[in-house]
Amino acid sequence: MQVYLDNASTTKMSRAAIEAMLPFYDEIYGNPSSLHRMGQRAKEFLDKARETVAGCLGASPGEIIFTSGGSEADNQAIISAARYGARKGKKHIITTAFEHHAVLHTVGKLEKEGYDVTYLPVGKTGTVSAQQVSDAIRDDTCLVTVMTANNEIGSVLPVKEIGAVCRERHVPFHTDAVQAVGHIPVNVAEMNIDMLSLSAHKFHGPKGVGVLYAKKGVPLSNIIEGGAQEKGKRAGTENLAGIAGLAAALSEACAGLAGNMERISRLRDKLIAGLGSIPHSVLNGDRVNRLPGNVHFCFEGIEGESLLLLLDEYGVEASSGSACTSGSLDPSHVLLAIGHPHEIAHGSLRLTLSEYTTEEEIDYALQAVPKVVERLRGFSPVWRDKVNGIKPFIL
Amino acid sequence: MALYSEKVMDHFKNPRNVGIIEDANGVGEVGNAKCGDIMKIYLKVENDIIADVKFETFGCGSAIASSSMATELIKGKPLSQALELTNKAVAEALDGLPAYKMHCSVLAEEAIKKAVQDYYIRAGIPYDEEKFRNIDCCSECEH
Repeated sequence: MQVYLDNASTTKMSRAAIEAMLPFYDEIYGNPSSLHRMGQRAKEFLDKARETVAGCLGASPGEIIFTSGGSEADNQAIISAARYGARKGKKHIITTAFEHHAVLHTVGKLEKEGYDVTYLPVGKTGTVSAQQVSDAIRDDTCLVTVMTANNEIGSVLPVKEIGAVCRERHVPFHTDAVQAVGHIPVNVAEMNIDMLSLSAHKFHGPKGVGVLYAKKGVPLSNIIEGGAQEKGKRAGTENLAGIAGLAAALSEACAGLAGNMERISRLRDKLIAGLGSIPHSVLNGDRVNRLPGNVHFCFEGIEGESLLLLLDEYGVEASSGSACTSGSLDPSHVLLAIGHPHEIAHGSLRLTLSEYTTEEEIDYALQAVPKVVERLRGFSPVWRDKVNGIKPFIL
Repeated sequence: MALYSEKVMDHFKNPRNVGIIEDANGVGEVGNAKCGDIMKIYLKVENDIIADVKFETFGCGSAIASSSMATELIKGKPLSQALELTNKAVAEALDGLPAYKMHCSVLAEEAIKKAVQDYYIRAGIPYDEEKFRNIDCCSECEH
């Protein structure tokens, strides 16, 4: 049995998204900037896609900028606020310790340029409060960037409240909503969001296309210079097929949101309950305010990469957050941020569901994971020392 | 290309000589849990020959495969040959390791050296300390 439980990494495209893309490869292949009929027809579809996306987010079409994905949107939002802030003598940025690297590395770059960055601690649960943000805001704060939901451990953050604080204090607020949009309700107006990043392939759309929402009046700097596409804020001929796929996928995800949330959460809870019975394990992330499709555990005495490889042998495709695969010996910054020692952070497993996940697949994973954990513990010297009382159990 | 060679995957999925030797007369452990790799080698040495060898490993796929392959390479061999085993030989026997995983083969080489050293110490056999310098470099890693 093949069970794909890595939907936070990427998702299978929906049929509707694929169908929406196809005409733009041969029938409507025009450049939306061209004046002729073929170009203008393409332009009509581009406008329509922009309206669809705006509608799903509670935004106006003019506030939607199509990008190459979530990372570009994050980069542009942060750089824009930083550049604008600098002009006013404001060079302080507030973020969290467990943002995606698209955010962390961008603020890290600014830090090297002389910006002052506050990394809010996320506690054991893996969240930040509006109060923490409020306390961190200074007169020279030019940006607060806090993710809507964490990509590794699935915590959903109080973005609406954080946005309200930022608005009250007149500080621009950006949120990386890549893991949230299409999975939980996200409305930029209701949630006091000034800038938001999203990525199509996280909700059954195509890879390589995303959106930067920027509230009317929020000044933007270009990351990509060139033509006057996207109101001059993002050069390059629009990825029309990708944009059409994004709009179709988002539209579908928003329409089915409530039903999907309920069904996926139920499967998630079954998986959490089952894996929670593995001794010396811990569920990471906020138990209540949690993405419907996220299950994230640490298992003591084993290492994440071997866990993934062995699970793959059973047909279960998962992720760890272990940096072992990325060529570094350091474990996930997210797991260190929630206070796990390195040893525990190395033994992580992330299983992420989608609306295509079946109960049968969850039952299968519930059989496979404990077997694999037990097998690896069976020849782990760390585990043996703990069982024999030579070293204490941490979990 | 896949991350690992077929040989690495074979030794990872079906590790040879896995477990412990209750009456081992040489044991070596290297690495640390912080770095995500610990390797422990158990030796049963008889008449200067490695009569039996077993391992336990906490670590990634290539760490487990490296331990498995290293034990295969020294089993039944005289101690002098075991001491000559290099990390390169382990990696080559596995049809290569990704560059950033080469440290796993280093751990295997070091774990064996440490186990042999332990045997010499326990048995009261004099040995050339120069040959055992700088083993267990991972215990000195930055974490």
